[in-house]
Amino acid sequence: MVQEATDNSRLIKLTVNGIEYERKVETRVTLVDFIRNELGITGTHVGCEHGVCGACTVMFDGQPVRSCIMLAVQADSHSVQTVESMSSGDQLHPIQQAFWENFGLQCGFCTPGFLLTVQDLLSRNPNPTDTEIREELSGNICRCTGYQSIIAAVKQAAIYMRQE
Amino acid sequence: MVSCLGQHNYMKIEHSKGIGESIKRLEDKRFLQGQGHYIDDLQLPDMLHAAVLRSPYAHATITNIDVDFALEQPGVVTILTFADLHSVKPIPIRLNPYGSLEPFLQYPLANKRVRYVGDPVALIIAHSRYQAEDVLDNIVVQYDPLPVNIDAEDKVSCPLHHDAKDNVASNFVQQKGDVVEAFNKAEHITKLRFTSGRHSGVPLETRGLIANYDATQEKLKVWGPTKVTHFNRGVLAHMLEMEEHTIEMIEPDVGGGFGVRGEFYPEDYLIPYAALMLKRPVKWIEDRLENLMACNHSREQIYEMEMALKKDGTILGIKVLLSNDQGGYIRTHGIIVPELSAAIFPGPYRIPNYRCEVRSVLTNKTPAGTYRAPGRYECNSSRERLLDLAASELMIDPVKIRSMNLIQPEDMPYEVGTESLGENIVYDSGDYPFALQEVVRLSKYEENRHVDHDNLSNKKVGYGIACFVEKTGLGPFEGARIEIDQTGAITVSTGAANVGQGLETTLAQIASSVLTVSPDSIQVLHGDTDLIPYGVGSFASRATVMAGSAVYYAAQKIRKKLLKIAAHTMNCQVEQLIISDGDICMIDHQDKRLTLTQVAQQSSPRNCPPDIEPGLDFTHYFRCNQMTFAHGATIVKVEIDITTCAIVPKHVWIVYDIGKAINPQMVKGQIEGGAVQGLGGALLEEFNYDPSGQLTSGSFVDYLLPTTTETPLLESKRLDRSPSTLNPIQVKGAGECGIAGIGGALANAVADALGDSGNNVNVLPITPEKVWQWLMPMQDKTN
Repeated sequence: MVQEATDNSRLIKLTVNGIEYERKVETRVTLVDFIRNELGITGTHVGCEHGVCGACTVMFDGQPVRSCIMLAVQADSHSVQTVESMSSGDQLHPIQQAFWENFGLQCGFCTPGFLLTVQDLLSRNPNPTDTEIREELSGNICRCTGYQSIIAAVKQAAIYMRQE
Repeated sequence: MVSCLGQHNYMKIEHSKGIGESIKRLEDKRFLQGQGHYIDDLQLPDMLHAAVLRSPYAHATITNIDVDFALEQPGVVTILTFADLHSVKPIPIRLNPYGSLEPFLQYPLANKRVRYVGDPVALIIAHSRYQAEDVLDNIVVQYDPLPVNIDAEDKVSCPLHHDAKDNVASNFVQQKGDVVEAFNKAEHITKLRFTSGRHSGVPLETRGLIANYDATQEKLKVWGPTKVTHFNRGVLAHMLEMEEHTIEMIEPDVGGGFGVRGEFYPEDYLIPYAALMLKRPVKWIEDRLENLMACNHSREQIYEMEMALKKDGTILGIKVLLSNDQGGYIRTHGIIVPELSAAIFPGPYRIPNYRCEVRSVLTNKTPAGTYRAPGRYECNSSRERLLDLAASELMIDPVKIRSMNLIQPEDMPYEVGTESLGENIVYDSGDYPFALQEVVRLSKYEENRHVDHDNLSNKKVGYGIACFVEKTGLGPFEGARIEIDQTGAITVSTGAANVGQGLETTLAQIASSVLTVSPDSIQVLHGDTDLIPYGVGSFASRATVMAGSAVYYAAQKIRKKLLKIAAHTMNCQVEQLIISDGDICMIDHQDKRLTLTQVAQQSSPRNCPPDIEPGLDFTHYFRCNQMTFAHGATIVKVEIDITTCAIVPKHVWIVYDIGKAINPQMVKGQIEGGAVQGLGGALLEEFNYDPSGQLTSGSFVDYLLPTTTETPLLESKRLDRSPSTLNPIQVKGAGECGIAGIGGALANAVADALGDSGNNVNVLPITPEKVWQWLMPMQDKTN
């Protein structure tokens, strides 16, 4: 859905999943609404709209951020990666594969946020302990799994990625 | 006694391909790649967006609504208030609709009076969601505040509903035996008042709907319903005065259900109504604040309990006065939650004399409905706490008092003497003492409980036990249709819903076990009312039991037909054929075989022999009017820092018996997920209200959900000792076993850790403030 352009609109240019976009956007539009509604890339989910649940996590210049409490205009001249960037074609990313094999998801709504948070964790810490995993994932809420399978998936993903 | 219809030919599960294997879930690939289709991912051309104006008052009369200024704002298309809704009706009750509850039903928009903060007052339709929400502040509503009642035990408050004399929506008794006589004979009486706090399912995806009138098909299409789509289509047809067949309900991917999502709420009428009126697609997505104040709450109950015992711990009888805080209206669940509480309160124990009086009372809070293990999380917590208190008073070990009162395997089937959902509660099978022994063994309870008590440390360790029985597999029916097209592609369709639990995988596994094909070659369709004429849905841990059994029988029918056509083609007898690896082959000459695709081609009307009805398309409705009861036992270990009063759950053990598992890892996920939700309700989650009825827990900063750092280690063990005799796949539902016992086990663990102060433990959730209050008197003495 296209927001009506008003005086409060700005032209922004940003890269999402390697593709450059130029769009006029109302200054009040959040980054997640922009990505989902303007660009039609809907893998990033909105769970709470106040930066607590982590479902809307995207990579912003390589750092995980909450796209529900950022504005689209703040992404001008920056690079964003969403869950759609992780797999190539039908080939799952090792983190996705590990989540699949360990039943690290049920309804799947929180999953994109978890996957990107784990991607960031493992890029900094290729062999995290259980305690480190729990600490790093404590900003992402899953209402279905009870987290045991997610923690197992992260450990499995770390093994896969060290083997690569 | 009631029973399931028909005789079951039990399948030999150990030889079946598909059942019992932890195959990777079929739905996951799309979820992992961000390719799911949740409701807010769907867009229709020319779509409008809705926002709901909600009452800021807990109880008030609406004296005027002025929308003139709001209508002039940018992007606004229309605004609807109660007066604009043509021949509007109240939302009916889905489960056990007692006529006496009619005065308390909710209309889709408030009619001159609001009864909770969040009560819908107006619907705004605009060109964007931003514009619709902007206008919420421009509608001028004049409220005349009324006295507010937020206490279900307050008997003198002003009635919330015009046609009712008071706020007691329902007052009823469940009983068996002679309680008076039991208490006359009592050698000891234990009394406890236990309160379960108000919390709810809080799925991570909020609710949402898209409605559109398709003029080509002359059909109203609604995307977003789940759980009970067929029933809700009937409700919408009734409320809009349309024919059912002119409405199609379509379930998208769903971000968690837990009982609250998919019931018929005011918005489920308003959005289709607006779409019909405007002849344009209308979308509504609930925001999180709305979700916390508008979606069903649950759990808020007070139990005044008295238990009569012999000195040795034998239970003679129990009396309960149960107050249920219903909130501002009776919604689709009627009074089923407290009814279930009263029915299941006896749990896995022999209670010869029992009386439970239920008062379900309206208050100025969000209306309450079901949430995973509705009524049982509360009653199990209360009963298990009562048992530990009695054990403490009589100086009996908590394991012993349970063991001596548990129903024994030889007592099965066991008639509890209570009823709910129109059924007598009859436990069909289970070895309850074994589950308790197993959880005691698994947790090394006997060895560790006393070792871990260190009087000198500030960290006090406690262990708590709870035993539970879980009702599952609620009837009356569920259907499945299986088709094999002429390319050999297999499609299963059902009226059950996929709320995130993995229905597609489960049903594909069951069908694959009969047809000996790989589960990932089977497509499972669900949640669309046009797929199958009749459906019930996914709740009460019923989808695998009911839809799974329907799939099993439908697959058997199609298998029989495959063999018949293959026999004709191969010029042999049906008895000479088997299905193996998806091929139909001769038992004695397995090289003589036809592929499924070849037989499918022979089944087409073009090729099928004239004396055989063409086609591979079978529907089966599995009917059963008796629930099948799972059971188990839970132990929780907690550590309490008596300086800060912080409560840390350290370890959870759950032993449970669901008969058979279709996919053991998926079942384990249900147990673990339920357990952590239950821990949330036991330690963190609570909807709080101030005296004026304002919800003070309207965000995830105030309403706390468990995260990885609040979640302990969980160990679970599945027992396959009591296969269900009520369905052909021998399963019982798994979805609510993880949560059923965890509240009571946690409360008992806290009591155990607090030693002499432990007998004060009488509430969930248990917060550090409560621990501090319980410890206070003891600290006063020592100071």
